[in-house]
Amino acid sequence: MRHSHAGSSLARGNRRWFWVFVTPFLAGLIVFVYVPMLWSLWLSLFDARNTVTPTSFVGLSNYAYLLGDRMFQQSLVTFVLFALFIVPLTFACSLGLALLLQRITVARAFFRSVFFLPTAVSYVIASMVWRMSFFNGARFGLANTLLSAFGLAPVNWLGGENTWYWFVLVTLRLWLQVGFYMILFIAGLNRIDPELYEAAELDGAGAWARFRFVTWPLLRPTSVAVSMLLAFNAFQAFDEFYNTLTTASGYPPYARPPLVYLYLVTFGSGSQDLGIGSAGTMIVTLVIVAFSLLQNRLLAIGSR
Amino acid sequence: MNRRPRAHVGAYLAASLLAVVFLLPFYVIARNAFSTQQAVVAPVWRWWPDALNGATVTAVLGDPSLGILPALVTSLVVSTVQTAATLVISLMAGYALARWSTTASRIILGMTVFTLMVPAMVTFIPTFVMVSSLGWISTYRGLIVPVVFSAFATFLFRQGFVDFPQELEEAAALDGANTWTTLWRIVVPNAGSSIAAVGTITFIGAWNAFLWPLLIAQDPQLRTIQVVLSQFMTSQGTRYPEMFTGALIGIIPVLLVFLFLQRWLVQGVEASGLR
Repeated sequence: MRHSHAGSSLARGNRRWFWVFVTPFLAGLIVFVYVPMLWSLWLSLFDARNTVTPTSFVGLSNYAYLLGDRMFQQSLVTFVLFALFIVPLTFACSLGLALLLQRITVARAFFRSVFFLPTAVSYVIASMVWRMSFFNGARFGLANTLLSAFGLAPVNWLGGENTWYWFVLVTLRLWLQVGFYMILFIAGLNRIDPELYEAAELDGAGAWARFRFVTWPLLRPTSVAVSMLLAFNAFQAFDEFYNTLTTASGYPPYARPPLVYLYLVTFGSGSQDLGIGSAGTMIVTLVIVAFSLLQNRLLAIGSR
Repeated sequence: MNRRPRAHVGAYLAASLLAVVFLLPFYVIARNAFSTQQAVVAPVWRWWPDALNGATVTAVLGDPSLGILPALVTSLVVSTVQTAATLVISLMAGYALARWSTTASRIILGMTVFTLMVPAMVTFIPTFVMVSSLGWISTYRGLIVPVVFSAFATFLFRQGFVDFPQELEEAAALDGANTWTTLWRIVVPNAGSSIAAVGTITFIGAWNAFLWPLLIAQDPQLRTIQVVLSQFMTSQGTRYPEMFTGALIGIIPVLLVFLFLQRWLVQGVEASGLR
């Protein structure tokens, strides 16, 4: 983060304008971020079912309940599992696409646009395609059509009788976000001085050696940022889980990442349990702040 | 990169194959939208649609029980108002945080950066508590106001203005223009690329948002297109052509934004990745 070099004669002139410009944003930040967080911190110490002004103080028992709830622990395990698949896979694919585009001269902009296009699609619509057409458990699903072409039995992808739903969720998110990270890698690759490649080539370095000794080390700040963002975003997964797995009879008991768990425990039972939900928010926020601080630390090392 | 002119046949082959895979979901949306129910659920997958006419489109748009048309209106209102409000609020705040280096300015910048660390979606329950106690459930205010104060947009504008030379503003001040006039007449016309980048990424994010409208739009009249499509999909009685026609209609606005504003979207993505 850069330090402000502001404070010119013009700016020093009138502090009234500073407050005119900054007040709408500051007020919004206070009313819709900071006050709600403090309010939730307070709510998390109460039995707050269907009320935002509870009276029954329960101390830390909401936290104790959550930390002891097997489903909550399971939601953190679900996140870790999801991240273990999605982070390396998206990382490798987006870097691969960026490198592939470097080798393409004609129609590069076209291919870049095609790979980037899914970024504009909502998780709801992607879930519809994945759930209803690609991985429909019936015979007419595209995946099952392919399987039967090889003489294999159709798979009930999302039914929960197996763990194939991971395949559905991971490929969906991969398709939707790989273009986003490809753009970040392209930006990172463009910052590498082309003369370094020429020098390496003169030294007789082959394509792999150029990647290993020029691209990879110089791409490190981008690589660290991309890995962290990928994990950060996986932690917030909600839309595709909700939309691929919810049926008319509700959300299944498996595959509940933290935000889905929070949603279900707070709003799922027909009533609102805001005490439990608030305590959960506090725990999840702590996790993500710790994560952000770690990210900043790693980025600082990466750019040293 | 300075490479020997070589025919990268392999690279083109790989890129073309991947392009087909990446475009397949779009094709499947169109195929399902322009097929009959029997064709979609036929035991053998059919690549070619069998109802290439506008019958399903007009039926879906004209069916009030599906609610696609009101949902499009809601989504359009929410996305444009949210984008416009975010731009105005964050541009002013970003400008102030870049040009004034008072203690207050540093504190507010610190609050902004801290907010950046905690994504809005993680704190959906506290924000819901706030909105619910304001009585804003099932209102446009509830859908829009809590999400327009974007720390990301403010931070992005601030970075842009820090790098932006102040000579023009100083010249305007010497000519007697006040700070308000200078901002709108001198600064804003020169901040086009930040405005376009923030605007594009905000609009697409707003159009595609799901969790927040799911919580707030409890009145069916106020559901956004994403919520309507989701309820379509998670309820019983699946009519594939109708469902995918809804998806096709719901995807067109963002595809248009993508096609015409892709350059700015790329800038926005780069900025959001390296904030």
